[in-house]
Amino acid sequence: MSERARLVGRLPLLRARARLNRFLRDFFEQRGFLEIEAPILVPSPGLEVHLDAFSVDNGGASQRYLITSPEYQMKRLVAGGLERAYSLGKVFRRGERGHHHNPEFTMLEWYAVGWSWDELATSVESLIAGAAEVLCGRAALTSGTRVIDLQLPWPRSSVRALFAEHAGVALDGDEDVRTLREKLSAHRLPADGTWSDLFFTVFLDVIEPKLQALDRPTLVHDWPRPLSALARARADDPRVVERFEAYIPSESGLLELCNGFGELVDPVEQRRRCEADLRTRAELGLAAYPLDEKFLAALGDMPDASGVALGVDRLAMLLLGAHDISGVLPFAVEEL
Amino acid sequence: MSAYDTSDLKKGLKILIDGVPYVVLEAQFVKPGKGAAFIRTKMKNLLYGGNIERNIRSNEKIEPADVEDRPMTYLFKEGDDFVVMDQTNYEQTPISKEVMGDNWKWLKDNMVVQVTFYNGRPLDVQLPNFVDLKITQSDPGARGDTSGNVLKPATLETGAVIGVPLFVNEGETIKIDTREGAYVERVKV
Repeated sequence: MSERARLVGRLPLLRARARLNRFLRDFFEQRGFLEIEAPILVPSPGLEVHLDAFSVDNGGASQRYLITSPEYQMKRLVAGGLERAYSLGKVFRRGERGHHHNPEFTMLEWYAVGWSWDELATSVESLIAGAAEVLCGRAALTSGTRVIDLQLPWPRSSVRALFAEHAGVALDGDEDVRTLREKLSAHRLPADGTWSDLFFTVFLDVIEPKLQALDRPTLVHDWPRPLSALARARADDPRVVERFEAYIPSESGLLELCNGFGELVDPVEQRRRCEADLRTRAELGLAAYPLDEKFLAALGDMPDASGVALGVDRLAMLLLGAHDISGVLPFAVEEL
Repeated sequence: MSAYDTSDLKKGLKILIDGVPYVVLEAQFVKPGKGAAFIRTKMKNLLYGGNIERNIRSNEKIEPADVEDRPMTYLFKEGDDFVVMDQTNYEQTPISKEVMGDNWKWLKDNMVVQVTFYNGRPLDVQLPNFVDLKITQSDPGARGDTSGNVLKPATLETGAVIGVPLFVNEGETIKIDTREGAYVERVKV
């Protein structure tokens, strides 16, 4: 196919994405957030066990990686005194390719000092509903014969409430693997597997189909501690952490749009979690990445803040009714 | 046979789940925000029919189903069985009408079909995607009623009845999509 013929089919999409970026920048400008062009090439890509980074040949100098999220550098800026900041740029995750995954994708990440996770979640709702108004003409999405209503406020459910309602399980969040397996024994589980594997087997098999069947998005909050990453524990219930995700029913199945935290600002606890992640990585035979000491040192100066990362390609999929992430990229992977 | 990796999970792969052979119909990569990747896999049970959906963790090893696909030539019907022959050793195998399923509708003498064997037992038959068949009986379409998607019944040389457009006549040969069980076009013979 000639470039001209290829482009003709994609022009409406390219215009829609440019319009979306303009909306996002206006949204943050109006709310007093400063745009940051975060670095992409970094000495430590983040240690989360299930994120695999691209490593970059640095010609004999110390190893570099492509970011899986701009989180470390953004938090250093927040520690330095930036109270409202966002980054809109590319991040890279090795081996992720599916209807909702591409190894290179666009991430929107924003931080607000003094906001609770709950206030931040409301800004996610405003942003997505506002983007739908601009691109679809109203705060709603059409999926087949269904209309998904995006008007605020969105329904919220804790992970515990979802497990109780749909899986018939009283999840605490701090039970060990054996106890979790017993609690979930009514469901089909993998023979071995970590806490997270058991949890997500039931989440994917049982809970996600229920959320996909709704005509509203769901904000899922209060995630169990073993899935805490960089979120802080709830002050009134340390078995769960201040983490939320937005799930929206779509043409392409349930879309997980964002992941937000009441940020952990305790450098000691953060170092402990990083080291635990490194041990797990070693046990699983995964690449060992260096600890980012500058990030850990900065946490000591970081004020209470909340931050969230949102997949912009998935947002475009949602607004444009795409079935596959390739459908919202200027170049699908196969076209490179 | 060595174990499969989840990256091998593609349409058509035959795998063993809880000791039962399945053929993969769809495999989709899914990954929760902070969890390991899974492959959401839709499969057909090769022993009893029926589809299931499983989320297989991406580091899991999958046992290959010890099945074998062999091209076989359809010879003739014997009672309720359809007799097919291995093209390499001329060995004949009867296939029950349960295993043949709806495939009989498009099955002609000497047609080459794929037969899936498990422990030496035929489990599944796959026909070519397109098959040409002759219409043995069909009433002429009513005059003036040639617009739109109006169909009339036509009996094929296999005995099956299918809907065809009004302009198609008895004695003509048509192409059929065996996956949809539907008329595609007229064929000049």
